[in-house]
Amino acid sequence: MKYLDEFRNPEAAQRLLARIHHRSTQPVRLMEFCGGHTHAILKTGLRQLLPPTVRLLSGPGCPVCVTSSADVDHAIALALLPGVILATFGDMVRVPGSGGTSPPTPLLMTEKMSPGEGSRSLAARMTGHVSSGEGCSSLQEARAQGADVRMVYSTLDALAMARANPQRSVIFLGVGFETTAPTVAAAILQAQAEGLRNFYVLSLHKLTPPATRAILDAGKVQLSGIIGPGHVTTIIGADAWRFLPDDYGIPCAIAGFEPLDVLQAVCSLVDMIERGTPGVSNDYARNVRSEGNRVAQGIMHSVFRVGAAEWRGLGSIPDSGLLLRDEYAALDAAQQFPVQVRPSQEPHGCRCGEVLRGVIEPPECALFARACRPEHPVGPCMVSGEGACAAYMQYGEGRNV
Amino acid sequence: MSDKTILLAHGSGGRLTHDLIREVFYRYLGNPLLNTRDDAAVWPLPATCEPLPTAPARLAMTTDSYVVQPIFFPGGDIGKLAVCGTVNDLAMAGAQPLYLTAGFILEEGLRFDDLEQVVASMAHTAKEAGVAVIAGDTKVVDRGSADRIFINTAGVGLVPPGIEISGANARPGDVVILSGPVGLHGLAIMSQREGLGFSFPLQSDCAPLNGLVAAMLQADAHIHCLRDPTRGGLATTLNEMAAQSGVGIEIQETCIPVPESVRAVCDLLGLDPLYAANEGKLVSIVPPEAEARVLNAMRQHRYGREAVAIGQVTTAHPERVVLQTPLGAHRILDMLSGAQLPRIC
Repeated sequence: MKYLDEFRNPEAAQRLLARIHHRSTQPVRLMEFCGGHTHAILKTGLRQLLPPTVRLLSGPGCPVCVTSSADVDHAIALALLPGVILATFGDMVRVPGSGGTSPPTPLLMTEKMSPGEGSRSLAARMTGHVSSGEGCSSLQEARAQGADVRMVYSTLDALAMARANPQRSVIFLGVGFETTAPTVAAAILQAQAEGLRNFYVLSLHKLTPPATRAILDAGKVQLSGIIGPGHVTTIIGADAWRFLPDDYGIPCAIAGFEPLDVLQAVCSLVDMIERGTPGVSNDYARNVRSEGNRVAQGIMHSVFRVGAAEWRGLGSIPDSGLLLRDEYAALDAAQQFPVQVRPSQEPHGCRCGEVLRGVIEPPECALFARACRPEHPVGPCMVSGEGACAAYMQYGEGRNV
Repeated sequence: MSDKTILLAHGSGGRLTHDLIREVFYRYLGNPLLNTRDDAAVWPLPATCEPLPTAPARLAMTTDSYVVQPIFFPGGDIGKLAVCGTVNDLAMAGAQPLYLTAGFILEEGLRFDDLEQVVASMAHTAKEAGVAVIAGDTKVVDRGSADRIFINTAGVGLVPPGIEISGANARPGDVVILSGPVGLHGLAIMSQREGLGFSFPLQSDCAPLNGLVAAMLQADAHIHCLRDPTRGGLATTLNEMAAQSGVGIEIQETCIPVPESVRAVCDLLGLDPLYAANEGKLVSIVPPEAEARVLNAMRQHRYGREAVAIGQVTTAHPERVVLQTPLGAHRILDMLSGAQLPRIC
């Protein structure tokens, strides 16, 4: 068994498509939360094959895209501190902040620290002065100005970096949803167990169900159903989406990332909508359980607590972010390296916020494919591999074939 | 194995330089033109060229630099790549490659054994391709000023009369042929670089293609386009040819051979095999009446056994490549403009 080809089988896809065409009578708007789904859908050209009654909308499920300008500015300010190595996943390096308006002004934190914290005083020594960093609008630009920004493939790479550079402070930029957060939590526990004194995390992790609620509460887009994120739900469990049928009366189908996975989810959603019986359908049962991955959840919640988070496009959403618990304050870059970041603004003309909420599709933005292209992105949705705008560009969606 | 290394003095032009040239370069690459030790190689230009001895031959010339990291990888090394890359560029113009030059930039501290292995590999590959290295140069730079070894090769070849090959020659109705499975070089390099340590074999396809091209041209001299899909992969090459010829190209995704190992690694890393580099594959665009002959000739050759037609040239959507997905939908197959792979050639 190849275990991939089964989920790409064209004949099986035709059978599912026939069923969807047969079942679908009323117009539905389904949001795929996850950027990975947007890619899978555009790559296979699946939208063209669905009946005109079924419309798919991209959602906010790209962690890089929903990172706010202010948080990007914060990361840039940290990267510009002397003695700091900022470790990050690749996409974040290119994400624009607020466009060069924020030379960071560090606070002197030696005054704030008690003598007992001397063991981690490396951080304190770093904040004495700062390079000017005038006009850095992305981590990439900060790097060009001399900041030590390094790309990593996993949090473990950042840990290794901290071990190899004991004289430097390694700050890992923690960006991601419930899928990534447990691995970062595990790295924090590992750092503590090893007694690593120069490893820090700036936690910008976000939770997906609150963002979905925010989109539905805003009421700007009338959604008939949600294609649930397969990897996130592997961690949080299908039951975490019960609120969709219970509170909003709309169905949710958890999907994997192969063409048949997505088609099966669309089929389930159309079925539930036509029958008028909204529920949660686990169509990624080879990975997802209703209760999720309890071990991962346990590690995540032992290190992080839930708090408010700033989402690009959605604003501040209560209980939608993961912050380090007080026990891990010594590893919290936000606490250990206080920097002042000026109020930020979104790039002029950029409509990523509306793209992330499913209010518009990327080609409706005046900058799309003109001023904003993958080689010179204006907004984050054009930067990230998971961004809707980048996916539309890569697969020629919205351009005539 | 010795622990001898390259010193700055090896590039000084003095005795150590001469020792290096004698012990490594002449030893492995020696031939009458190189062995003259003059400042330039001099040879008579044939007035005509097979297979039409009455028509004047034309010259083809190209150059490329090789900075691949790591310098040794599964399926090849920087030396083999430096010969194949330039030989293949000549072959893609329909030329019969004759001679190469080789310029080496060595980093102080490079192990002598490694250099020897690279040069021996160049010699081996040049022999297979039927070309001779007839001029060369060596420089040694301070530690840190280069990454172990950089190689530049230039090549010259003869284009037989009647052969008119260019990326601008694709015509509507033509057939697009691919010589074999895609993505092996790019993914082999990436796996090695990132220490991914997969349990299945992933070997670069690095190979000289002039023999394959000669066989194709012998089968039918009316081949319109030839190109090797190196950096940027198959998708980029198809886009280049569509733009150059001002035509549309339609490709059937199910026809494109992708090795299972490549597909698995691409899925894991979120890459698309159609953008992954190849170093031993070619794309050919031929008139429909030549398709069967050319494909047949390719499949007889060791580097074309899995050759297959993957699409057609069309008047629809000029300068665009459209992919028919396995589900039967159509989408644009664009050039890569976003993420970059590590340097791989």
